[in-house]
Amino acid sequence: MPFPTEVFLFLVLIATGFMVARATNLFAAAMLTGVFSLTSACLFTVMDAVDVAFTEAAVGGGFSTVLFLGALALTSRTEKKQPAKLYPFIIVLLTGIALIIGMINLKPYGDQNAPIHSHVTAKIKQKEWAAVKRSTRPESKKSTDTPQDKAVGLPNIVTSILGSYRGYDTLGETGVIFTAGVGVMLLLMGRRREDDGASDSGSTAMPSNRQEPALDEQESNPSGVEPEPSASGEQTGEEPIS
Amino acid sequence: MKSHMRMREIVVLRVVSRVLMPYILLFGLYVQFHGDFGPGGGFQAGVIFSAALILYGIIFGLDAVQRVFTPFAVEICMALGLLLYAGTGLVSFSKNMNYLDYDVFGSHGQHYGILLIEGGVGITVASTVLMIFYAFAGRWRVSQ
Repeated sequence: MPFPTEVFLFLVLIATGFMVARATNLFAAAMLTGVFSLTSACLFTVMDAVDVAFTEAAVGGGFSTVLFLGALALTSRTEKKQPAKLYPFIIVLLTGIALIIGMINLKPYGDQNAPIHSHVTAKIKQKEWAAVKRSTRPESKKSTDTPQDKAVGLPNIVTSILGSYRGYDTLGETGVIFTAGVGVMLLLMGRRREDDGASDSGSTAMPSNRQEPALDEQESNPSGVEPEPSASGEQTGEEPIS
Repeated sequence: MKSHMRMREIVVLRVVSRVLMPYILLFGLYVQFHGDFGPGGGFQAGVIFSAALILYGIIFGLDAVQRVFTPFAVEICMALGLLLYAGTGLVSFSKNMNYLDYDVFGSHGQHYGILLIEGGVGITVASTVLMIFYAFAGRWRVSQ
């Protein structure tokens, strides 16, 4: 029975979630989402998923908080008072109940017989461990270098699965990230260059004259731009985690 | 935005971020090149690397970062990383092998292949994240 570090972290997560939902100061809410991400990064570390913890800490705790703050600088700092609505609450409640019902059939945490440990992963793991063992002991490598168990042979199996076994997937993910970046550039940077390039590129080059009047940047995006890229921009952090 | 203007004048922030910068960058490189032995890889490394630059950009202003990593260069790197990945796959065509079959690089081909594609992933992720930051921060400054 492990010390319930996970339970403690989950309680912190829940408390942070409630505080984010209750916060009317948007600056505090943005910071609390950063806290939420850092706590889940701790949780991933406890669960031995250090790769995911890296990503969560850097993207969730760092980058998306910066983006929230950047968005806050363009809008107001406090949320408008809104009457409590029942409809969204019911949706959230139903989703939560559905997730809990779906969780009932899962194997207990850390169970070796869970499907994720018993299918292809088990085969790959066995093969890779054998290869790593062979490469660390060169004298046995010569004797038992059979061609049929050809493996990648990296000590970090996650890397060899992502890079070699699932190389196409990772190529696609990199393409997704690239596309997300291009989408954000099209949405946020393209207009300045096309429409009023002269005046705005001047202000980009000279940051000192900050007091120059806000041009017409505040108005909405040009009508021809589709909202799709911002949605894929959200995926930047999500994609490799999955 | 007063707080933004003052950020670089706060001694603690300035000193701490300057001290931390090289270590975060070095850690990013460590995660990049040690990804086949320890946890991490191209994605994590790219994100950590760009997190350091974003920290610098927040404290010292966008222009301080853009003087080193110009938007044009970052733009090029975004595509370059993806091309490095895709190009690594094309090499195996020269020996009539499958796409992305790293055995084309010799007996340690898997290691070299993964090193190359992780490099591509790292370059693309780092420059994309940095570019998104540029896009947001640039808008912020223009509208002030």
